[in-house]
Amino acid sequence: MRTIYEKPETLIDTPTHFCPGCGHGIVLRLIAEIIDAWGIRGKTIGLAPVGCAVLAYNYLDIDMCEAAHGRPPAVATGIKRVHPDHVVFAYQGDGDLAAIGTAEIIHAANRGENITFIFVNNAVYGMTNGQMAPTTLINQKTATTPSGRDPVNYGYPIRVCELLSVLDGTSYLERVCLSSPENIRKTKKALEKGFKTQIEKRGFSLIEILSPCPIYWRMDANEAMKHIDEVMSKTFPLGVVKDWEQMN
Amino acid sequence: MKQLLTGNEAAAEAAIQAGCRYYYGYPITPQNELINYMSWRMPEVDGAFIQAESEIAAINMVYGSAAAGGRAMTSSSSPGISLKQEGISYLAGSELPCVIVNIQRGGPGLGDISASQADYFQAVKGGGHGDYHVIVLAPGSAQEMADLVYDAFNLADKYRNPVMILGDAQIGQLVEPVEFHKKHTEYLPPKNWALTGAEGREKRVIKSFYPVKGQLEEFNAHLQRKYKLIEEHEVRYEAINMHDADIVLVAYGTSARICKEVVKKCLQYKFKVGLIRPITLWPFPKEIIRSVAERVHSILTVEMSAGQMVEDVRLAVEGRCPVHFYGRTGGGVPTSQEVIKKITEIEPDNRAAHSLRQLVEVK
Repeated sequence: MRTIYEKPETLIDTPTHFCPGCGHGIVLRLIAEIIDAWGIRGKTIGLAPVGCAVLAYNYLDIDMCEAAHGRPPAVATGIKRVHPDHVVFAYQGDGDLAAIGTAEIIHAANRGENITFIFVNNAVYGMTNGQMAPTTLINQKTATTPSGRDPVNYGYPIRVCELLSVLDGTSYLERVCLSSPENIRKTKKALEKGFKTQIEKRGFSLIEILSPCPIYWRMDANEAMKHIDEVMSKTFPLGVVKDWEQMN
Repeated sequence: MKQLLTGNEAAAEAAIQAGCRYYYGYPITPQNELINYMSWRMPEVDGAFIQAESEIAAINMVYGSAAAGGRAMTSSSSPGISLKQEGISYLAGSELPCVIVNIQRGGPGLGDISASQADYFQAVKGGGHGDYHVIVLAPGSAQEMADLVYDAFNLADKYRNPVMILGDAQIGQLVEPVEFHKKHTEYLPPKNWALTGAEGREKRVIKSFYPVKGQLEEFNAHLQRKYKLIEEHEVRYEAINMHDADIVLVAYGTSARICKEVVKKCLQYKFKVGLIRPITLWPFPKEIIRSVAERVHSILTVEMSAGQMVEDVRLAVEGRCPVHFYGRTGGGVPTSQEVIKKITEIEPDNRAAHSLRQLVEVK
């Protein structure tokens, strides 16, 4: 019998804590696939954020480190100084990376830290019952914007890739999404490019992944995927924002 | 060979000699000599130096390097140490060894840049959230700064616990001869928990999150057992003229330097004064203070604060004798005359009090 697909070895076989329709499981699986395919389990160290993905270390069979809310870029920097030839990646949500940890990500980017950042943007605080995130869309209803995000009081969704692109220290920035098998394949390619950027010591890489949160978007899983394509990606355009291979 | 160094520089060089290869800091007076020294010294030993974007980032870089098995340090002064408290709680909660230097200045708020001891509570009672302790060492000279920083790294590794050096602007900035002679022989446990990549072994996780009911309580019980062990084995203090003292002073750091002069002057006038100088502020030298309280008239705690360590002195004494307090705040440093005056007020009928009073008044 031909094997079409099997669970990556690096992905631990355990019940998931993620909600139905959540994108985190897909991203973690893609990371595990790359680690397996490239044989880098023994030299990879991951950072788990505070937020829905805090338990990332329950799913990935690699050395992992928790960090305080928003601090993965600083913690990853400290790890990378000790193990400069290891593959160090930080897995962060939108609240972690673009609100409480804004200073840390900007300065890690500005130092050109040779680390891969995996930024899962679902435009909402899932862990704490669906409050506004820095990436919450205009008019999007959340637990703390009950009548929708009004920029007059709440500001605008932050486009992280574009924000970081003006820093000379960044090498690879791309925004992808999980809305279809095709887009998931593109996401995997982007993650591979991020790890390659680091392994070749090309510097700072960040992959922003638009990811569904059906529970706090108040949608079913299919609607959530459609929402990424038809609404979310209008505010957060998909594609390469910066690429060291195209810069020379 | 002795070198003339500030306390801050002595701390930096001692860290290097203790094998610290990861330093992350942020400028703040009065600890700038330390970060400046590290900026050129670390590259000489192929170590890492980063001027971080904030105190918060610096302590989290320390967290990362400690998690990866390196000897890591950060330094700051009071307002910056407040910012680091989140990280210190996480370091304690993840049982990561590291050294944090606090060269205290006056507070609260932005305060001033003069010497102060007003961060005592923050240092010894936890500072951040949760039930935890950091080991707190209080140097009284540039030489002792070097010695204690060296010991701090070993204590941190021995117990998998953060260690804080609690100095002040005077200890950090005074220039004294320093010799680096500490040689470590104590066995330290291997870091078989550090993140090195899971090559050929099971994965390791550094974390402080215990969401399953009961696990966190179990972990806290483990922490408390560790703290008890530290309290049993690591108390350090210096005791001067304990054998026949009527009044015993309790003071650390700069205050203790002043109190040493007070003891000398009092003894010249046959006023029997002794001094207990805690070197570990946590664990606190409770036993010696308790036993001394059995036989002296009273205890006088001298601090550059509104009265913080005095609470721990009272907890140790448990009413065995009166505990008095003399303190200066907001960057004020007590003079020996002020302390002597306080002593004569505590024991106005002491035979030596009259002549001592004259000494204070003449000056």
